[in-house]
Amino acid sequence: MTWEAYLNPVVRDMPPSGIRRFFDLAAEMEGVISLGVGEPDFVTPWHIREAGIYALEKGYTMYTANSGLPQLRQEVANYMAGQFGVKYRPEGEILITVGVSEALDLALRAIVAPGDEVLVPEPCYVSYMPCVRLAGGTPVPLPTTMEKGFRLTPEQVERAVTSRTKALLLCYPNNPTGAIMPREELLAVCEVVRAHDLIVIADEIYGQLTYEGEHTCIAALPEMRDRAIVLQGFSKAFAMTGWRIGYACGHGDFIGAMTKIHQYTMLCAPIGAQMAAVEALRNGLPEMRNMVRQYNYRRRLVVDAFKTMGLPCFRPGGAFYAFPRVDVTGLSAEEFAELLLREEKVAVVPGNAFGASGEGFVRCSYAASVENLIEALKRMTNFVRRRRRARRQQEAGVVENV
Amino acid sequence: MDRSVEILELLSSNCRLAVEEIAAMLAVPVDEVKRTIAELEAGKVILGYRAMVNWEKVGKERVLAFIEIKVQPQREVGFQAVAERIYRYPQVKTLYLMSGAFDLAALVEGRSMQDVANFVATKLAPIEGVMSTTTHFVMQTYKEEGVVLDEYEKDRRLVVSP
Repeated sequence: MTWEAYLNPVVRDMPPSGIRRFFDLAAEMEGVISLGVGEPDFVTPWHIREAGIYALEKGYTMYTANSGLPQLRQEVANYMAGQFGVKYRPEGEILITVGVSEALDLALRAIVAPGDEVLVPEPCYVSYMPCVRLAGGTPVPLPTTMEKGFRLTPEQVERAVTSRTKALLLCYPNNPTGAIMPREELLAVCEVVRAHDLIVIADEIYGQLTYEGEHTCIAALPEMRDRAIVLQGFSKAFAMTGWRIGYACGHGDFIGAMTKIHQYTMLCAPIGAQMAAVEALRNGLPEMRNMVRQYNYRRRLVVDAFKTMGLPCFRPGGAFYAFPRVDVTGLSAEEFAELLLREEKVAVVPGNAFGASGEGFVRCSYAASVENLIEALKRMTNFVRRRRRARRQQEAGVVENV
Repeated sequence: MDRSVEILELLSSNCRLAVEEIAAMLAVPVDEVKRTIAELEAGKVILGYRAMVNWEKVGKERVLAFIEIKVQPQREVGFQAVAERIYRYPQVKTLYLMSGAFDLAALVEGRSMQDVANFVATKLAPIEGVMSTTTHFVMQTYKEEGVVLDEYEKDRRLVVSP
């Protein structure tokens, strides 16, 4: 007896995340150094953890307001104004969510009607396309390339817009490429967005992790504040992935609609985690900046090593990922990742897990200790050298056979 | 941040980093890193490179004592002369001049409590200018130089995650 017929066809036909297979493979091996992790290697700073413990001790175990603790929304408002120069009212324009994942889902469900198209630059985070589909919309991938620094061009948006296009879903700094959108280029994209009356959902979870120049929050650009739903959170910058706290900022109409869905499906984010998040924003900035500095050291180390081992690698300006091209070894992204794992016990994520345009690349997270990075890079160097030699011999062999 | 301060921070967290690695991390030429480190060594800013060891694990007989010392300061040299007489003993691992109820704080290492007690009684206390000593034996070391002993925090993250 199978119950497949009972499943929602959208869910039934949805492919499982391409990362899953690698997870299973890597999880059963010993001595693996993982560059496949999409979260900080730092543990949440102690003063933030302690604030969470204190909240429990004091008996904060109840629901909060649907939109989140007032003091957290106030801190978020201060932070968005202070860091990115965008002003939001804590009442009605800010919603605290269970991670950015929930915020993204809410934003999509709030705006997408059946058949609406959402433009999504690719390669992208694994959940974007499925979430658009679950909301009843049609995701339209906009492939970006290494040659253009994995940035989105206004022409691409222009070409992809149809009468059904409702929104552009942006993620810069980008997972998996580490690409950033400099202010001027973002401005050019926004012009097209305005010309076609689209809205932007901006997943800026990696905003604080920008190493080249300053992060431009899309809502800080002229005439974009009310047209953009900005998604931010604590997971990456404050090393708080497991606490599951994110937030959405935007026009009251959007935030109001999202709050409605949130109140029926989630009610509120966990109170202890919200109280820890208050502490993070009040006192966590110096330690956050220190973590950003450490990531930057590692970023340079990793990019430099790829150059030395002969893997073409775009220089990532943000997040904590490098996205080298591995097709020079004669292997596909998945073959490269699988063989690297089996032969050298280094886990990376094949680029095609992030969309078709990620084929030929692998994502390497440098959210790992310097010692582990150095060891992993050594192993990768050996692997690449061996593969290239094998490829040369193979090619020579083919010629002889002819 | 000052380039040499950055280099010092990297080295003080891991002195086995190669100059090439440091150069890559700071995006500066290898030669510049080499030169800066040489200058820091010559200027005695970098005093040495050592391993951090948890001696308990190798079963080394070792007792640590934290000793408060009251000192009669001397004209012209203050505490310096007495401090010098104390820190020249190899048993004295660390010596601080303190504010508050006593003047010098010494961290003294010995093979046994008897060993440390002998040192205090026969060497430290009789030094001219030392008025009194109070010896506190260390029962257990939890954290040293920013490193928590005996705690290897395993990476508990999933091996692969989006």
